[in-house]
Amino acid sequence: MADLTTKERYKIERHSMPEQDALARSRNFEEVNLGYTFEIAMEEAERCIRCKNPVCVAGCPVAVKIPDFIKMIAEGKFEEAASILKEDNALPAVCGRVCPQEEQCEAVCVVGKKGRPVAIGYLERFAADWERNNVKIIEPKIPAKTGKKVAVVGGGPAGLSCAGDLIQLGHEVTVFEALHEIGGVLIYGIPEFRLPKEIVKAEVESLSKLGVNFVTNYVIGLTETIEELKARFDAIFIGVGAGLPYFLNIPGEQLNGVYSANEFLTRVNLMKAYDFPNNPTPMLDVVGKTVAVFGGGNTAMDAVRTSLRLGAERAIICYRRTEQEMPARVEEIHHAKEEGVEFKLLVAPLEFIGDEDGWLRKVKLQQMELGEPDSSGRRRPVPIDGAIETIDITAAIIAIGNGSNPIISQTTPELIVNKWGNIIVNEGNMKTNMMGVFAGGDIVTGGATVILAMGAGRTAAKAIDDFLKNPESW
Amino acid sequence: MNKIIEARFIGPDVKLFRIEAPKIAEKRKAGQFVIIRVNDTGERLPLTIADSDTSAGTITIIVQGIGASTKMLNTLNAGDYIHDVVGPLGKASHIENFGTAVSIGGGVGTAIAFPTAKALKEAGNHVISIIGGRSKEFVILEEEMKQVADEVYPTTDDGSYGYHGFVTQKLEELLKSGRKIDFVLAIGPIPMMAAVAKTTQPYNIQTVVSLNPVMVDGTGMCGGCRAYVDNKPVFVCVDGPEFDAHKVDFKILMQRNKMYLPQEKESIEHFNHVCNYDKMYDAEAKKTNHEVTHG
Ligand SMILES: Cc1cc2nc3c(=O)[nH]c(=O)nc-3n(C[C@H](O)[C@H](O)[C@H](O)COP(=O)(O)OP(=O)(O)OC[C@H]3O[C@@H](n4cnc5c(N)ncnc54)[C@H](O)[C@@H]3O)c2cc1C
Ligand code: SF4
Ligand code: FES
Repeated sequence: MADLTTKERYKIERHSMPEQDALARSRNFEEVNLGYTFEIAMEEAERCIRCKNPVCVAGCPVAVKIPDFIKMIAEGKFEEAASILKEDNALPAVCGRVCPQEEQCEAVCVVGKKGRPVAIGYLERFAADWERNNVKIIEPKIPAKTGKKVAVVGGGPAGLSCAGDLIQLGHEVTVFEALHEIGGVLIYGIPEFRLPKEIVKAEVESLSKLGVNFVTNYVIGLTETIEELKARFDAIFIGVGAGLPYFLNIPGEQLNGVYSANEFLTRVNLMKAYDFPNNPTPMLDVVGKTVAVFGGGNTAMDAVRTSLRLGAERAIICYRRTEQEMPARVEEIHHAKEEGVEFKLLVAPLEFIGDEDGWLRKVKLQQMELGEPDSSGRRRPVPIDGAIETIDITAAIIAIGNGSNPIISQTTPELIVNKWGNIIVNEGNMKTNMMGVFAGGDIVTGGATVILAMGAGRTAAKAIDDFLKNPESW
Repeated sequence: MNKIIEARFIGPDVKLFRIEAPKIAEKRKAGQFVIIRVNDTGERLPLTIADSDTSAGTITIIVQGIGASTKMLNTLNAGDYIHDVVGPLGKASHIENFGTAVSIGGGVGTAIAFPTAKALKEAGNHVISIIGGRSKEFVILEEEMKQVADEVYPTTDDGSYGYHGFVTQKLEELLKSGRKIDFVLAIGPIPMMAAVAKTTQPYNIQTVVSLNPVMVDGTGMCGGCRAYVDNKPVFVCVDGPEFDAHKVDFKILMQRNKMYLPQEKESIEHFNHVCNYDKMYDAEAKKTNHEVTHG
C-alpha cells in the first residue's frame, strides 16, 4: 500500500483493538487487549497522513516522533519503529497501554477532526511488543563511564526513566526501592489484565543489563537518609510517588471490608491474593457479593474490574459527578461497562453501616445534581434534599486519590515541600532546594500519569547530567 | 536475601532469630520494626526488632508461630535465608527519663517491650518489668530483662510460676502499695493492653502501647494498618506503632485484627497440608533411597 493519497488514507476506518470476550475476561486476570496483528498494524499505520507540522507530537508530553514511527510500521520496519519510540519514551510498551491518548496525541490528531484519530496508542504498543517478542538480543551501547554516581529513590516510572537516561550518559546509577519489587504503581497498582507484569519486568531487566543497580527493600529516610545518600552519591533523584491514600472521612470507615484502592490493588497485584492460599496474603472473600468503589479515575476502574475478577456478583462505581467528568481513560470506562460494572453517577457516600461485629453491610448514598460551576470550571455536585438511598455491600473500595508520603519529608527537614507535602522543584530542571537533589513524578505533581512521571524523570536526568559536568552551575 | 545466623526456640512456638541485616542494625532504634517475607510468594509480615548488634551486623526478631506465615518462618534454622527484610520501619519509641517506668510484656509482647525497657534504663529510669504468660513456659526473656531492669516480676495466669495472676493485677498491686510510677509501657495481646490502659487511667499515668494491626507495605502507602486514636484514623506503620494508651480505640483494633480470621484458618490448613505432603514425600524419598542402596 505504498503511495496512498491523503484522500485514500482518510477513507480507511480506524481499526479496533482485538480483545478478549467481555464475559470471559471479566472472570480472568489475563490481558483484555490482545494487540494488533502486524497486518492490522500496517493498515492502521496507513491512516496517518504524515503531517508536515505534526500536532500529535506537540500533544505528547515527551514529544515522541509519532509520524516517524508510524511510517516505519507502515513499511513493515517494526524494529526501527521501536527504536524511534525509545529515543523519547523509555517504556513504550507500558505507555501504549496506559497513557490517556484521547487527551494527548489522539486528541489533536488531524485525522480525528473528520473521523476518528489514528490509533497512536495501539500502534505504539504494537511496535514495543513486537520488539520485546522478536528482537531477543539488543546490543546495548556501552557509553564511556563518567565515574559519577547517582542515587535514584523510588522504582516507579519517574525513577526508571531517569535511571535509564543516566546510565546511557555513562553515570553509575543505583535505584533504591522500598518494596520488594521494582515498578511502583506499574507493579502494585495497575492490574495484570491491563498491564501484564511480565512487561514491566522485561523493562527492568533491560535496564539491569545496561548496568543500573537495583536495591529493593530499602526505604530512603529510614534505612538510609537523603543526607547520608548525599555523602555517597554525586546527585540524587527523588521519585517516590504519591502513595498515601485519602479516605472519605465519613462514619463507618473503620469497618472490616472498607479498603483503600491502594491496599486492595496491592493485595491482589503485588501480593497475588487472588491465588490464596497458594500465596498466603489474604483478601476479603467477595465471591457472589457486592463491591462498591468510590471514585471515577483509573484507580477506581482498576479496583472495580478487579472485584469482578475476584468473583463479585455486583461491582458498582459510585461517582459524585457525571461520566463526562470521570478522569479515567475512556477505554477503561468502556471496558468496565462491557464487563458488567454498574455505574451509579451523581452519588456521594454519607455513611458506612456495619453489623455488631464490625463487618461492613451497607452504604448510605446521597443523590447529587450538578449546580453552579466551581473554580475549576466544572459544575459542582450538590446534594438533592432527602434523596438518600441505602444499598447492601460487602466491600467498599475508596479510590479518591493520594496525598504525599511523609517519610522523606519528615526525615529530610531541609527539603522544601508545599502544604500538601509535595516537593517543590524548578519545573525546567527538577532541582529541589537542596544542592544535587532533584525530584519528579507524583511526589512533585500529586497523582498524575505514567507519562508525566517519565517526562519528569527524563528532564531531571538531563539536568543531573549538566550538574555533574559542572557542579559549580547549581 | 538475609542470612539467619542463629535460631532457637525460647518458648512454645516462640522462636528467636538473629538475622544478618547490617544497615538495619546500624539504624534501628527501640520501638521500630521490620517487614519480612519468608520466600518469594511470602506474605509481608511486620515484626518488631527486639535487639541488634551493630558490630555483628545483625538484628534479633522473636516470632510466635500463630498463622501459616509465622509457622513457616519458624521452620527455618541457622544458615537458612529470609527472602526479604526491610526496615527499620515506624517511629522510634519516645524515650526520656520519666523517673520510674514500668514495662509490661504479655506473651511474645515481652520481646517487643524488651528494647524499649533497655532504652528506658539507658535514659536513667528506674525500670520495673512485668512479664506475663499463660503458664511458666510462656514467660520469655526473663534473663535478658533482668540485665536491663531494676526489678523483674514474672506473672502467670495459672500460677505455675512467679506471681499468680494477670499482669494488670501485679501492676495494680504496685500502684496500691503507693509506689510512684511515672510511665507505663504495655505490649501484648489487645485485651491485655486495654486492661493496662484502664488500670493506669485513674492514676493519670502516662501510658504507651505498641499496636500490631494488619499491615501490607509498612510505608504508609495502603492504609490497611489504620487504627483509631483520639477518634481519628492513624496509619500505625508511619504514625506509630506506639500511641497513648488512653486514647486508643481498642475495640476497633480488635475488630480489624479479625478481618482475615477465616482466611488464616484456611491458610493454616493449607500449610499443614503442604507440610504433611513434604513429610510424606521425604519419607517416600528415603524409602526409595533405602531400596536403591540395599537393592
Ligand atoms: C491503580 C492506578 C492506576 C493508574 N492508571 C494509570 C493509567 O492508566 N495511566 C496513567 O498514565 N497513569 C495511571 N496511574 C497513575 C500513575 O501510575 C502514576 O502517576 C505514576 O506511576 C507515577 O510515577 P512515579 O514514578 O512518580 O511514582 P510511583 O509509580 O508511585 O513509584 C514510586 C516508587 O517509589 C517507592 N518509594 C516510595 N517511598 C520510598 C522511599 N522512601 N524509599 C524508596 N522507595 C520509595 C514506591 O514504593 C514506588 O515503588 C494510575 C495509578 C494507580 C494507583
Ligand atoms: S496528527 Fe495524526 S495524522 Fe498527523 S502525523 Fe500525527 S498521527 Fe499522523
Ligand atoms: S501498612 Fe500500608 S499504610 Fe501502613
